[in-house]
Amino acid sequence: MKFLPLVWCNLKRKKLRTSLTILSILVAFLLFGFLCALKQSLTVGVSMAGADRLIARHKISLIMLLPESYKARMQRIPGVAAAVHQTWFGGIYQDPKNFFASMPVEPAEFRAMFPEFVLPDEQVKAWETKRNGGIVGRVTAERFGWKIGDRIPIRSPIWQRAGGNDGWEFDLVGIFDGAKKGTDLSQFFFRYDYFDEARARGKGQVGWYTVRIENPENAAEIARTIDAEFANSPYETKTEPEGAFAQGFAQQVGDIGKMLIAILSAVFFTILLVAGNTMAQAVRERTEELGVLKAMGFTNELVLALVLAESMVITAAGGLAGLGLAWLVAANGSPAPSILPVFYLPPRDVLIGVGLVGALGLVAGLLPAVQAMRLQIAVALRRQG
Amino acid sequence: MSQSNEILVRVRDADKVFRRGSEEIHVLSGLNLEVPKGEFLALMGPSGSGKSTLLNLIGGLDRATRGTVEIGGERIDSMSDRQLAGWRARHIGLVFQFYNLLPVLTAERNVELPLLLTHLSKGERRQHVEAALKVVNLSHRARHYPRTLSGGEQQRTGIARAIVTDPTLLLCDEPTGDLDRKSGDEILSLLQALNREQGKTIIMVTHDPHASARATRTVHLDKGQLVTEPAP
Ligand SMILES: Nc1ncnc2c1ncn2[C@@H]1O[C@H](COP(=O)(O)OP(=O)(O)OP(=O)(O)O)[C@@H](O)[C@H]1O
Ligand SMILES: [Mg+2]
Repeated sequence: MKFLPLVWCNLKRKKLRTSLTILSILVAFLLFGFLCALKQSLTVGVSMAGADRLIARHKISLIMLLPESYKARMQRIPGVAAAVHQTWFGGIYQDPKNFFASMPVEPAEFRAMFPEFVLPDEQVKAWETKRNGGIVGRVTAERFGWKIGDRIPIRSPIWQRAGGNDGWEFDLVGIFDGAKKGTDLSQFFFRYDYFDEARARGKGQVGWYTVRIENPENAAEIARTIDAEFANSPYETKTEPEGAFAQGFAQQVGDIGKMLIAILSAVFFTILLVAGNTMAQAVRERTEELGVLKAMGFTNELVLALVLAESMVITAAGGLAGLGLAWLVAANGSPAPSILPVFYLPPRDVLIGVGLVGALGLVAGLLPAVQAMRLQIAVALRRQG
Repeated sequence: MSQSNEILVRVRDADKVFRRGSEEIHVLSGLNLEVPKGEFLALMGPSGSGKSTLLNLIGGLDRATRGTVEIGGERIDSMSDRQLAGWRARHIGLVFQFYNLLPVLTAERNVELPLLLTHLSKGERRQHVEAALKVVNLSHRARHYPRTLSGGEQQRTGIARAIVTDPTLLLCDEPTGDLDRKSGDEILSLLQALNREQGKTIIMVTHDPHASARATRTVHLDKGQLVTEPAP
């Protein structure tokens, strides 16, 4: 478009002001992207949850254990396809800040239950043959530079080995990837048979069960049946859909969505004032020039469009750079892998961001543009004489 | 080139009243003016007599309170704002006392501005710009920004911008008012050449008898009316 150089030259007129405005818009959108990634991180469990999976845990608390023997009893309940258990181990590698989730599991059943963890065939075999073998997600492997074949010393704040030793060692036999984006690739899994034999206490007890049901529509009913099966025992259960389980966790962190919207509203309101003020000044100090353009035959509509275009270019420069930067930061991995194992900027939020950039450019430029449009030539030109 | 008798500009019975709060300022009252095609008309008068106001009416930059303005047979007073803008782009070239160049654009970009409103291609625009700069003898300053040009050079750029679309009518509001005698003379010679050699119709507002002497006719504006015989 032939008018673009004109818009461009006007932006270069007050370089410092333009740069500062662009910079503040950039920071706002960087923050937007970062907060979106944070929200995604805190709620990812909900969206990743399988509709056909239930979680059964101890009725009183997640940290209380259940008997391993429940697995067979759950599997006998009509409508239940499979049940697997996991136990919180709480891995620490070298230093307490190097913390990641780790759980003993039964490899074959576990992999059937969680197809989202993708492991190459030869690594599957290696895990079957090596009793102290463990597999880890790509993110944690890269975080600590682990390679297959490494012997990994891991301490557990909960589980000691027979003989009062809290140092465990595992041979890394596999590194898994996610079948879809958002899969938690921070966890470490090792064999339950090895764990159960080696632990000093609690033998035969596990943390929680994941239950696959044949028909997701029966989820509520089967959950009730499971809880009824173990009612009035020393180990009563509380069973709920995986999604609800994750949601419960997310809500503990507070109503994240609302909080983020409040923060971002304040940020965008501020940035709207900044950008709007820049455009208002730009139009005010250019009154005579706008008058000359109109005198030459530029229509009111064209002048309106030129001012809006200028506003759009400023917000697009800052906004898209901010979103891009946020995307880069997120792609670089989690800033706190122990707390936020999954951290990325969802494409949906990027699209929303781009929409916001457009809206900001439009709204910030609208008032000054209308002012420029209404400007009367004779009045604008008189200002100088 | 000889003047034809065809009337290009016809202002009839024009009133212009400005309202400032409750106060009414009658600037033009029942003004009549006819300018034949090919004339170089000087418009003189005391400060505040309404010279610029009249020029604005003729150029379609402002509207008369009453009366008609007809340019080349078209009644511009009955055009919509949008039509008027298009009409200005096709028919009017404007030259201002303070040049009114865009400081962020080079001389050639300034001259190109009115051409952006045409359907000319980039190459054609370039050709027109080069031709216009040549006419004002400023080809060697094409890439300069206004602040690096002298007043005379800036006004020549302003004239190049005014003629680049080959308009029907050139309106100049005190084109030498901000220049020294020598630069002013250059500008006047340029306008005179445009009038004589290219047959451009020019209306020029001026305070300077030296300038009006270059015109083919001079009219005086006083108390809202035109008086042809100069009051000494
Ligand atoms: N937009 C306006 N609003 C109010 N009054 C105006 C406006 N434009 C012009 N005037 C008044 O109209 C009168 C004529 O103004 P105009 O600019 O046409 O004078 P001029 O003859 O060009 O004067 P000068 O030689 O100083 O340029 C002045 O009194 C001026 O104050
Ligand atoms: Mg004037």
